[in-house]
Amino acid sequence: MLAKRIIPCLDVRHGKVVKGVNFMGVKDVGDPVACAAEYNRQGADEIVFYDIVASHEGRGTFLDVVRETAKQVFVPLTVGGGIATVNDMRETLRAGADKISINSAAVKNPQLISDGAEIFGSQCIVVGIDAKRDGKGGYTVYVNGGRIDMHVDLLKWVEEIEQRGAGEICLNSIDTDGVRGGFDLEMLQAVCSRVRIPVIASGGAGKLGDFAEAFLKTGATAALAASLFHFGELTIPQVKADCRSKGIPMR
Amino acid sequence: MIAVIDYGAGNLFSVCNALQYLNIPHEVTKDTDVINRAEAVILPGVGAFPAAMDSLRATGLIGAIRENAQKKPLLGICLGMQMLFDRSDENGLCNGLGLIPGEVHRIPSKRVIIPHMGWNELVITQDSPLLRSIEKPVYTYFVHSYQAFCNDRYIIAYSDYDGKIPALVTDGKFVFGAQYHPEKSGEKGLQMLRNFEEMAK
Repeated sequence: MLAKRIIPCLDVRHGKVVKGVNFMGVKDVGDPVACAAEYNRQGADEIVFYDIVASHEGRGTFLDVVRETAKQVFVPLTVGGGIATVNDMRETLRAGADKISINSAAVKNPQLISDGAEIFGSQCIVVGIDAKRDGKGGYTVYVNGGRIDMHVDLLKWVEEIEQRGAGEICLNSIDTDGVRGGFDLEMLQAVCSRVRIPVIASGGAGKLGDFAEAFLKTGATAALAASLFHFGELTIPQVKADCRSKGIPMR
Repeated sequence: MIAVIDYGAGNLFSVCNALQYLNIPHEVTKDTDVINRAEAVILPGVGAFPAAMDSLRATGLIGAIRENAQKKPLLGICLGMQMLFDRSDENGLCNGLGLIPGEVHRIPSKRVIIPHMGWNELVITQDSPLLRSIEKPVYTYFVHSYQAFCNDRYIIAYSDYDGKIPALVTDGKFVFGAQYHPEKSGEKGLQMLRNFEEMAK
């Protein structure tokens, strides 16, 4: 049986690690390569790098970070932020990423999912989603770091993502992100019951039990967190021990 | 020195990054002479079977790989492992290297997600020098849609994914194949690569 995965996410800006709270109020923290190596040592099942600036000029510096990390970290590496074309995907994979995560670009141009899956294989295409409750019992998809409502229905969008050949969905809830009250279980389960591809829970982890809760109450196959691990409030071994004690398969 | 076969495989650089990190001398090569003087050979691989066999054939190295596999350790990784078998039916029938008896077909279960992607546990059924100094449980990282079908005697370890997936295989002599990616399987995966180097000495 596959183990459930615990994934730390490193937001990178100008070659440094940062973490936004509700996407605002950024604190500069440290060297991304060193952080990734530390997570690898702690037993992270995968590491995500997210280029939050994603400017054309900053691309080289960011890919240098990816390249350097791939020399020291031997678990799968997922890279996102500013990937808008097949060429961006190729460049990122060549730098040493195992998977690429696309978000806004996929909403604006869904064909990018199909093209990426066909050229590089479904297994390396992750579609990230920022979604929010619409106040009418549903959820809509946002782009540009959760700032712009695209008025796209979340559940229709995840079906399209799967049908176009994406290998995975990383679902971030804008309502719970940065609040630390736990993952958005309702939204997660709504998505998990619509698609067969793996769904990664993101946004809201605040305490030890939140991870196991997401695995026990929804079909999520992985859970992602940033600041919680980054500031050392919880370590990956602690989270894994808690999940294991509740009967969840962990590496 | 370990010869890493260069025929355009997608995971060539991750394999080399891992060998580099472990300070294991290696050469990325398309050259028969390098393979002949290497102590061991690694055949990486990601992608589709027939395309990979075509690229490998284009390097002209198939004869040298087969010959060297009779006298020094050879490790196939992921698609490189599948290529060690007799044939595959991925995108039409295609012959492999024929170094381990068996065939490659799509993972048959309809109940699980294909590709089989993520960390799965190895169920170890045979001792192997490749697994020396590695504590159980051993989880390794898999990404594949096709799997080997072979006699149990060639299986060192398998993984359960609504069925038995050969994970680490051998011809019983010099040939080894890992369906998973040791170069992406954390510290335990790295230890397998160290063990492989030890076998080469």
